[in-house]
Amino acid sequence: MTDHAIMLRSALTETPTVQRWLIAVALLFLAFFLFLPLFAVFSEAFRNGVGAWWEAIIEPDALAAIRLTLLVAAISVPLNMVFGIAAAWAIAKFEFRGKAFLITLIDLPFSVSPVISGLVYVLLFGSGSLLGPWLKSYGIEILFAVPGIVLATIFVTFPFVARELIPVMQDQGTSDEEAALSLGASGWQTFRHVTLPNIRWGLLYGVLLCNARAMGEFGAVSVVSGHIRGLTDTMPLHIEILYNEYNFAAAFAVASLLVGLALVTLVLKTAIELRFAD
Amino acid sequence: MDLGIQNVSKAFGATAALRDVSLSIETGELVALLGPSGSGKTTLLRLIAGLETPSAGAVFFGDEEASRRSVQERQVGFVFQHYALFRHMTVLENVAFGLTIRPRHSRPSKQEIERRALDLISLVQLSGLEGRYPQQLSGGQRQRVALARAMAIEPKVLLLDEPFGALDAQVRKDLRHWLLEIHERTHYTTLFVTHDQEEALELANRVVVMNEGQIVQIGTPDEVYDHPAVPFVHRFIGESSELPVRVENGQIWFDDCPTGLASDRAGSGLLFFRPHQVEIAPEGSRCLAARVIGSRRLAGTRRLELSVGQSNRHVEIDVPLEHPVAQKQVVFFRPKVWTLFPTGDKEQARPETVGAKLVFPRSAAGGTLRHYEPSVS
Repeated sequence: MTDHAIMLRSALTETPTVQRWLIAVALLFLAFFLFLPLFAVFSEAFRNGVGAWWEAIIEPDALAAIRLTLLVAAISVPLNMVFGIAAAWAIAKFEFRGKAFLITLIDLPFSVSPVISGLVYVLLFGSGSLLGPWLKSYGIEILFAVPGIVLATIFVTFPFVARELIPVMQDQGTSDEEAALSLGASGWQTFRHVTLPNIRWGLLYGVLLCNARAMGEFGAVSVVSGHIRGLTDTMPLHIEILYNEYNFAAAFAVASLLVGLALVTLVLKTAIELRFAD
Repeated sequence: MDLGIQNVSKAFGATAALRDVSLSIETGELVALLGPSGSGKTTLLRLIAGLETPSAGAVFFGDEEASRRSVQERQVGFVFQHYALFRHMTVLENVAFGLTIRPRHSRPSKQEIERRALDLISLVQLSGLEGRYPQQLSGGQRQRVALARAMAIEPKVLLLDEPFGALDAQVRKDLRHWLLEIHERTHYTTLFVTHDQEEALELANRVVVMNEGQIVQIGTPDEVYDHPAVPFVHRFIGESSELPVRVENGQIWFDDCPTGLASDRAGSGLLFFRPHQVEIAPEGSRCLAARVIGSRRLAGTRRLELSVGQSNRHVEIDVPLEHPVAQKQVVFFRPKVWTLFPTGDKEQARPETVGAKLVFPRSAAGGTLRHYEPSVS
């Protein structure tokens, strides 16, 4: 390397050799840990052809699992969206006592093992608890039923929307809202016409991540579901059961749906980030 | 609409942002709230708009007490420092916002809203840009959209928070003239907050000078510049130099030397004067003698930095560019226009009541106000 080339480089730029090495290491790592498993899932899923794949998907228990997963996501994602907006609004726009505590609470599901999150509901609603038998006397089943799965999913996924919105809202401050109020807008009009459009991309991003996690959650749901085939099995649970029964083709066929969901989420997320960039 | 602020105080937690502020503003006035940052001027503006509630006191719109009315009901046009334009709306939608969100019974028709918005856009000289988004506009253009948006609701008062604060110097100057024109055409009662004394003096009919949550002086630009009520105002508005002096036998003394300035008050005080309001005195006459420690070229004059007396007080004076004194080591000068603020017991005993009665009138023998053209700063 000549002196001239050294002069042209900025102090923070590595030499081309080092650059190539770094890129190669990163790509190798990605290939081994990400692309290879991804490839494996799809190749196993379609090992016996598209027909067998389709058979595995429309099998009644698989369909029930898909339906339940969609139902759980359809309930928990909107609820977490409302909660996320409310929490982010409170944290970003107001000063109040216990704010730091609320932020810590929002992060709790991230720091607690999902299995513990599930166990919390078993302790709360199980036969040995106070609430469980009382609710049961009114014919309300929480544990080993859909409500329990929904509760566990909400718990695990509630940080996503709030975490995404807090920095966006803090960044924007309150003057847009104040401007709308001074122009005569009501609180609802201000939210609808000013706040919501300002946060729409961040919100969509948070909802996407929340949805991906809601559909893919295993640990917490596994603890509360009771694994009743065709009734309380979500897609991840159904995959595990099929796999344990050595029904690999069917297990990977259902798994390929979840992977497909992950890929769609990634593409949408990237598209939104590009949109953010302007 | 007349505006009244009566004994208003505002505290944020333990810190007092405003302390017993009273002010009345007449219809059609253009008033500047001038003060350093943290003086409470923006808080006062936000209290009038209803964006804050006073801890004590009342705000009147005409004869009606506005304190209990919500922001929406007050119908004030508020222009924010960083414009707060709605970024997902076009210029036209931004300006029309205040009308489109009205409840159906008081909302004009769609055509009428668009006509009024377009009228305002042409008033702020942005015709042709109504389809643009805020990001596509320059800072000055955004500011004008914000003003048009505030005027669209036919406000009772216009409140502007540091309207030119975020703009560069040339745009600021243009916008000042333009704001004056708008005010002359619309006659909205207007209050604007600024920390730029030049802006306040040039634009306002009346200037309200604030410091540490209190109003220290209210007056026309001439009054606050020529007759500052307290030392703070003299220091804050225009350039000023000050010397600790003592009055004996009708004569003002500095460092045991007579200054050649007469006063009928006895005791110690602070002598204030402005760099351009001095005259060069002949050596040997009663005047201030000073060593020249620095010389700088300003736009139309030369500014000398001086060290006066044994106590080496630093003061500044302006001399004409070609004046021979600029070459010398020692300069003899005398303020032509000056203000003496008594210090000592009175002020320390009652620091809040610094008002007109404590002020010494400016020397009647002051002569013409300006000997040299004031420099552009």
